Amino acid sequence: MKTFEYTIKDELGIHARPAGLLAKAAKGLDSKVTIDKDGKSADATKLFAIMGLGVKNAETIKITVDGGDEEASAKAMEKFFSDNL
Amino acid sequence: MIKFIGKGVYGAIAIGKISIFKRDELKVKRIKITDAEAEKKRFDSAKALASQQLDEVYQKALKEVGETNAQIFEIHMMMLDDDDYNEAVTGMIDSQMINAEYAVAVTSDNFAEMFSSMDDSYMQARAADVRDISNRLIKCLSQDSAASEQTDGEKMIICADDLAPSETVSLDKDKVLAFVTANGSANSHTAILARNMNIPAIIGVGDEFLNEIKNGDICVVDGYTGEVIVNPDEETLKAAKNRQQDDFEKKQLLQNLKGKENITLDGTTVDIYANIGSVDNIGAVIANDAGGIGLFRSEFLYLESSDYPTEEQQFQAYKKVAQSMAGKKVVIRTLDIGADKQADYFGLDKEENPALGLRAVRICLTRPEIFKTQLRALYRASAFGNIAIMFPMITSVSEVEEILAICEDV
Repeated sequence: MKTFEYTIKDELGIHARPAGLLAKAAKGLDSKVTIDKDGKSADATKLFAIMGLGVKNAETIKITVDGGDEEASAKAMEKFFSDNL
Repeated sequence: MIKFIGKGVYGAIAIGKISIFKRDELKVKRIKITDAEAEKKRFDSAKALASQQLDEVYQKALKEVGETNAQIFEIHMMMLDDDDYNEAVTGMIDSQMINAEYAVAVTSDNFAEMFSSMDDSYMQARAADVRDISNRLIKCLSQDSAASEQTDGEKMIICADDLAPSETVSLDKDKVLAFVTANGSANSHTAILARNMNIPAIIGVGDEFLNEIKNGDICVVDGYTGEVIVNPDEETLKAAKNRQQDDFEKKQLLQNLKGKENITLDGTTVDIYANIGSVDNIGAVIANDAGGIGLFRSEFLYLESSDYPTEEQQFQAYKKVAQSMAGKKVVIRTLDIGADKQADYFGLDKEENPALGLRAVRICLTRPEIFKTQLRALYRASAFGNIAIMFPMITSVSEVEEILAICEDV
């Protein structure tokens, strides 16, 4: 299991569009990806769950990658966040 | 005569007949079923149909209101695919042995409620999106036609309690004079779409409005003041017609100014140029009679592709703009990549404050090959029109000297 933190740079936080892209990206990985904010968790492949976290600009979330090729999945997620959020 | 006040979304005055938008009554009944598998199959087929319809709406929106505003429909398609949403529906079908319509309706309520109760107005507005796709699904299940038909013949003022984004886009613009909604906010997608479609609209007039109107009622819609006047008396109608005439004349005057010289009263010519970020914008520039192009943001060529645009690709784009402007000056700004405009293939390192970091002409100076490619394309294109080059983010004289040295070198 690998974990990393990320602070949102996008003004709009995790709004619908990046949430959709995140779900798509996470679905393509062979690891289970979970997003945590203030104790609330969401499966990163689920659009509504991600949006339900209500992550705003400048907030810090924890991304957990479990199973499969954790090294590759963590890298992919890191890149996704820095590219899109 | 009754007056209502709402928020005007577009400056124009419409006078015409009311047509009450009929959303097909979705009376969803809870019906026990015997074959859960068959019911889930119905749901899948309806989902496929809904997806297809959404794609059509998306394509229509792309043409009418542009990519950014059409994105909402891409989100709708993603919502339709969401695992939680789908599992909620199929789970309910399995456990309660009830019809798909009911399962979708309840799921819709639950997810809409989740969004409405969030403390963020953006998220709260997403409740409307959930309802929009869910209603579409229910219609697909009942095989109802997706959109209400407009009346034929004259253009009407469409009145509704609210219009979901897909409903606004699906309206046949040729049949709509204006629209008025009882609810909705100035930042709702409906308002944004209306502004883009140049349809005079007033939102948030209140629910009482719908109780007071009938199809065929004459109505004045003043997009400037937000007033909606139903069955105006003679005096009010006359005043409105005058205002409408004035508005029309003013707009005509602006149109007529096209093609005239831009000279102040004391004889000084003022250059009024347009800014563009894409070759597609040229049509509008020419139609609105700009004196030239004051700023052509060339970075779109770099942002739109997944690798450095070649000299030939760039040359073709610059040539097209120069030729289309037929001798009028075109100022092209060399690439301003960095900060908020990122392109992966540049391989830029992450910076703490990219706005003041490696961007624009500074990148060009550290990578002269990219710079020279752009300059060569510009020099070649200059044979086809009147091109000027602008360099972004200059910070010193020595920088300019460096730039000019490279320019000489090409």
